[in-house]
Amino acid sequence: MELEIKGAKAYAYTGGKPFDPALPAVVFIHGAENDHSVWNLQSRWFAHHGFCVLAVDLPGHGRSAGALLPTVEAQADWIAALLDAAGVKQAALVGHSMGSLISLEAASRFADRIAKIALVGTAVPMPVSEALLAAARDTRPKAEGMVNVWSHGPRGAIGGNTAPGQWMMGASLRLMERAGDGVLFNDLNACNEYRGGMAAAAAAQCPALLVVGSRDLMTSPRGAPQLAAAMKDARIATIEGSGHALMAEYPDAVLDALRGFIAS
Amino acid sequence: MSKSSAYQFDTLSLHAGQQPDAQFGARAAPIYLTTSFVFKDTEQAAALFNMERAGHVYSRISNPTNAVLEERIAALEGGVGAIATASGQAALHLAIVTLMGAGGHIVASRALYGGSHNLLEYTLPRFGIETTFVDPRELGAWRTAIRPNTRLLLGETLGNPGLDVLDVPGVAAIAHDAALPLLVDATFTTPYLMRPFELGADLVFHSATKFLGGHGVAIGGLLVDGGKFDWEKSGKFPTLTEPYAGFHGMDFAEESTVAAFLLRARREGLRDFGACMSPMTAFQLLQGLETLPLRMQRHVDNTRKVVAHLAGHAAVEAVSYPGLESHPDHALAQRLLPKGCGSVFSFVLKGGRPAGRKFIEALRVFSHLANVGDAKSLVIHPASTTHFRMSDAALRAAGIHEGTVRLSIGLEDAADLIADLDAGLRASQKA
Repeated sequence: MELEIKGAKAYAYTGGKPFDPALPAVVFIHGAENDHSVWNLQSRWFAHHGFCVLAVDLPGHGRSAGALLPTVEAQADWIAALLDAAGVKQAALVGHSMGSLISLEAASRFADRIAKIALVGTAVPMPVSEALLAAARDTRPKAEGMVNVWSHGPRGAIGGNTAPGQWMMGASLRLMERAGDGVLFNDLNACNEYRGGMAAAAAAQCPALLVVGSRDLMTSPRGAPQLAAAMKDARIATIEGSGHALMAEYPDAVLDALRGFIAS
Repeated sequence: MSKSSAYQFDTLSLHAGQQPDAQFGARAAPIYLTTSFVFKDTEQAAALFNMERAGHVYSRISNPTNAVLEERIAALEGGVGAIATASGQAALHLAIVTLMGAGGHIVASRALYGGSHNLLEYTLPRFGIETTFVDPRELGAWRTAIRPNTRLLLGETLGNPGLDVLDVPGVAAIAHDAALPLLVDATFTTPYLMRPFELGADLVFHSATKFLGGHGVAIGGLLVDGGKFDWEKSGKFPTLTEPYAGFHGMDFAEESTVAAFLLRARREGLRDFGACMSPMTAFQLLQGLETLPLRMQRHVDNTRKVVAHLAGHAAVEAVSYPGLESHPDHALAQRLLPKGCGSVFSFVLKGGRPAGRKFIEALRVFSHLANVGDAKSLVIHPASTTHFRMSDAALRAAGIHEGTVRLSIGLEDAADLIADLDAGLRASQKA
């Protein structure tokens, strides 16, 4: 589905069903240098179980045109514009990694528009090491290699994908390589520079679910209790064994956590 | 540390794609010899059919043992995934029919395995798919053979029968200039000797029957997707970029940015053409893959010794092996195949057809049969077997001499192989 947002073409996958804004809405927001396809299983389930779904490609990512948005705050504003363009009054947001920060910020800025937030593979703050930032800026393939290896737990690193025959780490790398120059640095820098996370957590009034992987090296699960405690109504679902690529490594567990939170 | 994996090649050969069995702790990959899989409930069944959840439904489409093999070869090749098929021929057919239908056109190297040539030259035209064959060494010929309806370029990493080394980067660049993918048959090289995706190829297939299995007990094929080709941007592949009425109206490129080809190949090609691999075969091929790096190195080491011996033998007219400076692709082989040029090669025996027959019949260690890539050394004399009906002139037109002998060097002690060949060469020159 294509939309016009702030003068630029934007794309959102609707889960294999025509988009009907009269249904309860769920917006899926990808992480750094990714696109909508990281949510294909989960978004299809919601689209076929009574929800309208927008799995977006953020500006300058995937099939969406427009300039890259350099801050989490700007990306959160874009999500509100997305809801306007799609005719959606209120939505649940599901964000992965950088997308989780966007969801959190949007919930604090647009309380009347956001019904629930699910933060998958999250940490607040979300600092990025200087070495990784420098690599993302200067030697992109090296940075993508670092992100790819650090993003996968034991299941991703060895394999045993529930999606038959698909090599998770190969697919993850290729998806990053599809992005344009500057995307990875823009996204990692936005995560690193985002300072308002804990304030946004305190301001957000909607129910929240934190979905964390016990073996996540990119966004350690150790900070999840503190983040949840700062929020009005938050709980944590820990996926044992998962690294940061939760939707690929444990797709059913992620879906079960999301449907228990959003569809209940 | 490879970017597409946390582990090195040898480790992936043993482990990729398999978690130890959760129920009993089996270390080896279990053989799931079952046609179908019980659903947990009706909702899970619906979710599996609708691709809301991943998993197995019916073994023609996917199977857990096959999935281990598929992931393992994808990891070794550096691809995004793979599909196991009934044979290498089935893998080639699956690749072609996923990309095109009647009216499609292929540009292929003329140095192809005979089975592939038959499919392209004689069988597919009956279904409206034409092929133009080109000299793989003539890059300009690849370019000029491309037509508006061309959908694929195809070659072998090491071609038949002269071991032409495919200039994968050169042919890939031509393909990509025309917004087309390059498919390569990497059977003779395996990912141990060459990783074609790193050189620009987009799709790879194997006859796993050969070196990947190595034991000569199972027929199978593997089709691997590199995940780099942008089907949407190309605009020439509606099977991947437009809704498919035969599967939920799915637009595969929208569904999966990097694995659209595999999705369509599995959800249509395996489902409808049905050339799937048996789980027992997948298990047998996995046993072979575990030792691939060890075996390939030994294959190459033995081959170098045998080639060097034959090249200096008085009964041998010529040896064709890219590792030799005399081979026209030697420089290219040095660049693309630094670990070695495989273990299949041919040489020309002095004395023509009669000498060939005597040579074959005097061998004791080499097995006389029509296969390559076994752990055991193999030999065939085309002029007295596969091509015996052809005249000398017709043979030469096919690049084969009356005295041409093809060897597939196995894992035996090289000294025994050389002694066996010497006995055969002596016999071949007797009146």
